[in-house]
Amino acid sequence: MEHSSLAGRIFRGVALTLILIFFMFPIVWIFLMSFQTNEQILRIPPRILFEPTLANYTALISGQLHTAAGNLEISFMRNLFNSVVLSSAAVMLALVLGVPAAYAFARFKFRLGETIAFTLLSFRFAPPLLVLLPLSLYYQELGLNDTYFGIVWVYQLIALPLILWIVRGYFEDISPDIEHAYRLAGHSWREAFTRIAVPLAGPGIAAAGLLSFIFCWNNFVFALILASADKQPVTVGALAFVTASGIQYGQIAAAIVLSVTPTLLLALYAQRYLVEGLSLGAVKG
Amino acid sequence: MSMVQLLQTKAPTAPAKPRPRVRLLPYLLSLPALLICIAILVPFVTAAVYSLQRYRLNLPYLRGFIGAGNYIDFLSDPAFWNTLRISITYTVLTVVLELLLGLAIALLLRRPTRFHNAVSIMLLLPLMTAPAIAALMWKLMTNPSFGILSYFVSLLGVSDFKWASDPSTALFTVVLVDVWVYTPFIMILLLAGLRSLPRQPFEAAALDGVPASFVFFRITLPMLAPYIITASLFRLLDSIQQFDIIYAMTQGGPGDRLMVFQVQAYLEFFQYTNVGRSAALLMILWLITNILSNIFIKNWLRLRERAHGHA
Repeated sequence: MEHSSLAGRIFRGVALTLILIFFMFPIVWIFLMSFQTNEQILRIPPRILFEPTLANYTALISGQLHTAAGNLEISFMRNLFNSVVLSSAAVMLALVLGVPAAYAFARFKFRLGETIAFTLLSFRFAPPLLVLLPLSLYYQELGLNDTYFGIVWVYQLIALPLILWIVRGYFEDISPDIEHAYRLAGHSWREAFTRIAVPLAGPGIAAAGLLSFIFCWNNFVFALILASADKQPVTVGALAFVTASGIQYGQIAAAIVLSVTPTLLLALYAQRYLVEGLSLGAVKG
Repeated sequence: MSMVQLLQTKAPTAPAKPRPRVRLLPYLLSLPALLICIAILVPFVTAAVYSLQRYRLNLPYLRGFIGAGNYIDFLSDPAFWNTLRISITYTVLTVVLELLLGLAIALLLRRPTRFHNAVSIMLLLPLMTAPAIAALMWKLMTNPSFGILSYFVSLLGVSDFKWASDPSTALFTVVLVDVWVYTPFIMILLLAGLRSLPRQPFEAAALDGVPASFVFFRITLPMLAPYIITASLFRLLDSIQQFDIIYAMTQGGPGDRLMVFQVQAYLEFFQYTNVGRSAALLMILWLITNILSNIFIKNWLRLRERAHGHA
């Protein structure tokens, strides 16, 4: 069923090369750009070989940008810090809340469980603004607008359904007999849960946690609506930075590189779980 | 200590009876999930109520119930029809392109060689890039004065190609970014599907010398169909709600060229402070996605059951 003719192999080689160029070029190009000065970036024709500079990164890290027009304060490191805090806190909270619930959904067949699972699943596909816009008005009244707590709470809308559905699948795959045997030996359900079920579902829990982290980190619209400048994560911060800094293209590229590096590294690390997680466990990779 | 040893050392004295505490347990454990449901449903119902009101943040005293007024206004509003048209065009273009390209790549990478696996891992990277950031990357590459893609296009003899800032090419540009980000999603789902297909039909076809095109259209495609449907519905549902890429790229412009549902609703709310209209727009979008997601969930559950091997 494989074409092994020479023409077929050449065709496949060319096709794969073109595909790799299309998908990898933007990442490579922005990476190179982040080590260039503005003069180097503006040169036409563009050059692959250039003298790399770390100036863009030092400007971002020090928060001071010296331009011909004067000094510009950049708070991009603050955005990076916010992303780390918001995403980690959201995932930890979602794991603490979600793993026991996933266990309940997998082990006990009860109507409320099914209703919750399906409500969360169907709202996974509802327009986020439909929930966010009224929520922003509620948040204003409750004083939750622009607080870390408020943003971590809405991030549960992303992280919790993901964890519930993926981890539930893992619990369902573990035979309840092992837990029954352990229970018969005189242990409480809590011991059965923490010593048997959770360790056995460990890979699934780790995968769900990593994926929710990536999705929280990559989220844009939640923080755009609910956070002001000092609470914004990198996704919103980078856009604001583009607007504010205008023509500092080297720094923009460096900011982009810093924003995507954590998730790309995590993705490479967790790649074997991604297929499953992305399809909410529908396709076992 | 292994399970067996454990059972041997601690012989059960009496079979554990289900205590009443256990009946409460599932409810207790799912409490947080229930809270999240409420946190979703309350704003959702609120939005539904807003959509039936004349509600402008800048004119609070005019607030009142107007029934289907906001919806009826849409019927005669060219801006609404523009939004509907752009959203559908964007969705159809992205899903069709991503499906064709994703399927082609999955077929190319089908044999699990080390090289093919390395390629499929590399293709995950665009998918793991935040869509809003991806839009900024392409914005830098399509900048008219120094963008590398503008330079390439000029080498082809097309000068003055303005990408997202030209009304005639703006849609093409954001669709390109969407294809860059999300094609890998379809690719990895279909690749997982392809590799999980049983081998026998293909081996039998090879023995009988059946032509490759016949194998593809009569064996591969039908067997892959549930995966194709699930992947496309996933994308369809996300694509019709696209916000990040378009907002980060042009904020719906130039003019109203890229005013898809959520961007339009966002601007109605924050720029024109017209809460009622914004809510009505989102309710219509919700209705569309709800119909699609019901079809999707049925399909997805069937696939999930099959992947887990048992119900």
